[in-house]
Amino acid sequence: MDKRFVYADNAATTCVSSAVLEAMMPFLTQEYGNPSSIYAIGRRAQRAVEDARMQVAAALGAKPNEVFFTSGGSEADNWAIKGTLERLAPKGKRHVVTSAFEHHAVLHTVKYAGCDATYLPVGSDGIVDPQDVRKAIRPDTALVSIMFANNEIGTIQPIEEIGAVCKEAGILFHTDAVQAVGNVPIDVNALHIDMLSLSGHKLHAPKGVGALLCRRNVLPPNLIDGGGQEGGHRAGTENTAGIVGLGKAIELATADIPGHIARVTPLRDKLIAALSQIERSRLNGDPVRRLCGNVNFSFVGVEGESLLLMLDNAGICASSGSACTSGSLDPSHVLLAIGLTHEVAHGSLRLTISDETSEEDVDYIIATVPPIVSRLRAMSPLWERIQNA
Amino acid sequence: MLYSDKVLDHFTNPRNVGELPDANGVGEVGNAKCGDIMKMYLKIENGVVEDARFKTFGCGAAIATSSMATELIRGKPLDEALKLTNKAVVEALDGLPAVKVHCSVLAEQAIKAAISDYYRRQGVDPLPIVGDIGECDACHDL
Repeated sequence: MDKRFVYADNAATTCVSSAVLEAMMPFLTQEYGNPSSIYAIGRRAQRAVEDARMQVAAALGAKPNEVFFTSGGSEADNWAIKGTLERLAPKGKRHVVTSAFEHHAVLHTVKYAGCDATYLPVGSDGIVDPQDVRKAIRPDTALVSIMFANNEIGTIQPIEEIGAVCKEAGILFHTDAVQAVGNVPIDVNALHIDMLSLSGHKLHAPKGVGALLCRRNVLPPNLIDGGGQEGGHRAGTENTAGIVGLGKAIELATADIPGHIARVTPLRDKLIAALSQIERSRLNGDPVRRLCGNVNFSFVGVEGESLLLMLDNAGICASSGSACTSGSLDPSHVLLAIGLTHEVAHGSLRLTISDETSEEDVDYIIATVPPIVSRLRAMSPLWERIQNA
Repeated sequence: MLYSDKVLDHFTNPRNVGELPDANGVGEVGNAKCGDIMKMYLKIENGVVEDARFKTFGCGAAIATSSMATELIRGKPLDEALKLTNKAVVEALDGLPAVKVHCSVLAEQAIKAAISDYYRRQGVDPLPIVGDIGECDACHDL
């Protein structure tokens, strides 16, 4: 099979789509006015920001005045968590319920917020049990923050049930939906979500733009003070082109989610079926309750970074939860949270495909991965030990 | 992770990879939990490292440092092979990212472990000659 370039790391970031770029271009060139300015190009920029706000709101069943643009998902997570604790701590609420496998934008924010935290365990299938959320809620709980879909293993959480538990208990519910938006139908009201974080660059908008959706009556105090942008709730001159791009991207990404799922799921399942044939391989996360583009495997006896470098040599972009790719000595906290040993977690491979992935791309991955795994195992003393055991 | 061209070359085309059936000194360092295991096979004759091979479970830097380390000691007298430092391996690879320096430490330790094994097989206590190789954990502080 001829060498080709296959981008299979869409959970890391996506390309800006041509339709999104086209929508953005005028605001980088002619319509560059500051949306706070009074003259025509400023007013047109402001109108574009407000149109994007409506697009984001419509995509998720929210009201436009519940949408606050940020620099991305991490800022939205920081704002929701730090702000809510700042608001509720004086009322004696200093406890946060979250899960062990959240994105670091949530985990590290909770860790350094100086609050009391309960980190819910995650099942070996990569799903949080809503009953665990119920049991963890205390009289001093300020916030529950559970991700909509996991960024590494793609498992989709029972958000509606968790939302219902929180509503019943009268506790605020925040969800980091960075990976879910565009891949799962979301209606914040139906799912009882009070706050939702999203990011543009995961859905073919550019990097550096995201949003926090938040009910008006639970709006946290500002994370970023300054000018009166975003209704005085988030200062800083608007990233007009980025915001316009986000609006267009979310409109396109949510226009036909069932169609997107129907197109991508068979490719995902073809990959899963083929990689399952590799000896001592393991699919990480529930096979069904997972994002339509997410494939995450562990191959015993190989190390993830080596696997990625060899895949890169073959033209395939992917990622891994190995320690070596995180710059630390521990492998992915997500894989450890679902019960993998360090050895198995080091040998993980995440492939995240999209609408732009073709059947030929998938066939190329299927043809390329097994010989690389074999080559690495042939030079692995760990594999030798496993074979001899 | 920015690897030098030399690291990528030694990763993509590792030199001296595989087992050495007639090795008379074999050493293994690292552990699976940390994600790095290096196994070094040496054939030592008349005080000279006639051949060196390796098997490594680990990242790109672990494989590249193993490859370079074997290149640097092949054909060398034992006392010179023993003097190989992790720094020399790093330099020969045109540098390593800071978080990967422990891989080069592992390569140095693997060679020392294999030479220790050789001395033990000869009935010689390796400790006064090779010294304390150090625990894998020690590299975590680097």
